[in-house]
Amino acid sequence: MSRFLIPAAIFIALVAFLAIGLTLDPRKVDSPLIDKPVPQFSLPRLKDASQVFSSDDFKGQISLLNVWATWCFACRQEHGVLVELSQQQQLPIYGLNYKDERPLALRWLRELGDPYTATAFDEDGRVAIDWGVYGAPETFLIDQNGMIRYKHIGPMTHEIYQTKILPIVKQLQETRI
Amino acid sequence: MIPEIGQFALIIALGLALIQSVVPLVGAHRGIPEWMAVARPAARGQFLFLVIAFGCLTYAFIYNDFSVRYTAENSNSLLPLQYRISAVWGAHEGSLLLWALILSGWTTAVTIFSRSIPQTYAARVIAVMGLISIGFLLFILFTSNPFDRLFPIPADGRDLNPLLQDPGLVIHPPMLYMGYVGFSVAFALAIAALLGGQLDATWARWSRPWATSAWIFLTIGIMLGSWWAYHELGWGGWWFWDPVENASFMPWLVGTALIHSLAVTEKRGAFKSWTVLLAILAFSLSLLGTFLVRSGVLVSVHAFATDPARGVYILAFLAVVVGGSLLLYAWRAPKVRSSGSFQSMSRETFLLINNILLVVALVTILVGTLYPLFLDALGLGKISVGPPYFDSVFAPLMIPLLFLMGVGPFVRWKQARASELIHRLRWVFAAAVVLGIGVPLVLFARNTIMVALGIGLSGWIVLSALYNLWSHIQRRRAHKSLAEAVTGVSRGIYGMTFAHLGMAIVAIGIIFSNAFGVEKELRMAPGESVALAGYVFRFEGSRPLEGPNYRSDQGVMTVTRDGRKVATLHPEKRIYHVQNNPMTEAGIDDNLLRDIYVAMGEPLTDGAWGMRVYYKPFIQWIWLGPLFMAFGGILAASDRRYRLAQRKEASQAIDAELNPSPGQT
Repeated sequence: MSRFLIPAAIFIALVAFLAIGLTLDPRKVDSPLIDKPVPQFSLPRLKDASQVFSSDDFKGQISLLNVWATWCFACRQEHGVLVELSQQQQLPIYGLNYKDERPLALRWLRELGDPYTATAFDEDGRVAIDWGVYGAPETFLIDQNGMIRYKHIGPMTHEIYQTKILPIVKQLQETRI
Repeated sequence: MIPEIGQFALIIALGLALIQSVVPLVGAHRGIPEWMAVARPAARGQFLFLVIAFGCLTYAFIYNDFSVRYTAENSNSLLPLQYRISAVWGAHEGSLLLWALILSGWTTAVTIFSRSIPQTYAARVIAVMGLISIGFLLFILFTSNPFDRLFPIPADGRDLNPLLQDPGLVIHPPMLYMGYVGFSVAFALAIAALLGGQLDATWARWSRPWATSAWIFLTIGIMLGSWWAYHELGWGGWWFWDPVENASFMPWLVGTALIHSLAVTEKRGAFKSWTVLLAILAFSLSLLGTFLVRSGVLVSVHAFATDPARGVYILAFLAVVVGGSLLLYAWRAPKVRSSGSFQSMSRETFLLINNILLVVALVTILVGTLYPLFLDALGLGKISVGPPYFDSVFAPLMIPLLFLMGVGPFVRWKQARASELIHRLRWVFAAAVVLGIGVPLVLFARNTIMVALGIGLSGWIVLSALYNLWSHIQRRRAHKSLAEAVTGVSRGIYGMTFAHLGMAIVAIGIIFSNAFGVEKELRMAPGESVALAGYVFRFEGSRPLEGPNYRSDQGVMTVTRDGRKVATLHPEKRIYHVQNNPMTEAGIDDNLLRDIYVAMGEPLTDGAWGMRVYYKPFIQWIWLGPLFMAFGGILAASDRRYRLAQRKEASQAIDAELNPSPGQT
């Protein structure tokens, strides 16, 4: 009898995992960085390596930081959305291009459009680690004081932007007044 | 009014499902023929009322009744009629109703084609299917009611997800569900056999055509999904190892193992408890797939509205159905005696290895799919498992499987001799080696070890399948004409031949398109040209286009080869009005030897566009293969043997009912 119980035993273990899984949201990561200042960094810009993009560049405005790479399929999916958002000019969008190659990244922007006000080039991905990035694409909302207010994991969509990001932006704008 | 009729029909269907399962089960237990006889009419009645419910929902879509919440959320008055109809199953609630309808359809098919089956057994089978139906109908009524009203009534609907507005997606979900749900018949046959303690060759013979039919639909369903992804996602890919794709592929792998294992159980009486386990597993994986898709426990590109209450319900349902079945299995299977001893060198052994390889492939996919969930549940962080994992674990398992596919049909049951096999297949093997090395060189003037191996294996399958068929025909030639011999070979043999050829065709498509496909991604201004794989693509420019519910930029790309025009492609970038989503429609010119594929990226300055241009040799074979497999399945499921067996057993069953033998309950 015992060996015939093995399938049932495996199944019970599987159900236990699925039950725990139900209580978790795979898209939601409780980033320890929320409501904390952005991690300090200073990186060369993608388009001009002689210029620097640093954490101070976030000060004084509400902005988005989008982490992307040319090897990331979902980044390609969201790119059109970012381009459209940048055309609406509501918020500046900064890019953090990580673990990538400069010529590929430049070609990507040339061909698919460049929604980024500026893109930091994080070749070895160290800065991304400080930001707690575990997979591209991720998008951070940063307030005028350089504090991280929201983090979205996965491709950006118009719906996410309208329902999750804009309300926080409105709130931030009101508190400033 | 109409939606309320639908709702009411759904509740009546639930009542009939209760009767369909409880009364016959008690009747079968106590041996009351009248109670068992309730199963068939109750099942047919349930089907009738589900058809009414489904019809009412379809009516709401066709006539744009946006007072129904589900219609308002998934349709729009501008949506073309064919998509208004397919929108019925375009989201969660309606697709569940379709699930229930199809389940009930399969049950009704069982009530029609089970006359040869003893009454007790047939009653149990129909009752088990009724139990599953109860679970789904309760789920629909309590968490996912498609007939919920909306107030105030919106002026127009929010439209169907533009990704789903594609002809491929009109029939993909119904096909897939026919496959998923079809395995419920093999499942119910197994559970009823376990309940009755009668796992024998006749059980296997009844199960085979049902398992094969479900497998046919699943094969076609998966193929359509892949074909759709290729056309609609604009990325030239056809399989992404997405959790939802895996959810459909896992039952397919087990279903494939099941139809092979059933052959052994039917012909030789061996592997009984294993076959039962596979029958349970195939349907359990269909249910697990439903859970994974609907509960939102995994991140997937298939965005279904997720709701924790639904997840909890499906998990509980899964636990009851699968857990209950596996406990029943643990209780009853030890008493099952497998007969038919066999040597280590025999058809049985080869099919066992086939089963092991398929199940191991299933486990690697299951682990890969659920691994992010395991880590997350254990608090070890969040990761995603991508195609590199699946490609690297899946391919090595397919190599021995493809090789055995060539040998298996030649191996004798019970006991075979290796020397005889080697003798028979030595020229086939030599020819396969030549093909593996030669064909890529002739077609593409290049070759690599992996390509040679893959093409060699495909050639091996093709040649040995044809040789096997020829041997079967030759065996009948002694006393008959060629035509008689050809028609004399059973459909089962033809079916196997076609299915195996289909597998080789898929393999050829995958190998060639992966190894020799080329792509370019570039900016193209009107008038500019690019050369790729001997073709010259000239971008003539783009023009605005107004669709029924979208506006679009349509590019015109002329493709020439050696100065001769090959095709004019019309890729599109569409923006759907209501949801404001950009969608890519690839421009494709396909034939059996190659596809040329153009997709538009983003608009750039001066009328230029980001363009993706592909040349993909043999890629259509990936979708041609499953057609062969499905055709093979149809031949096998319609083998004369089952029809004859039905008639013979019908008379036996009548005898048995007239003169019940002791101990038969």
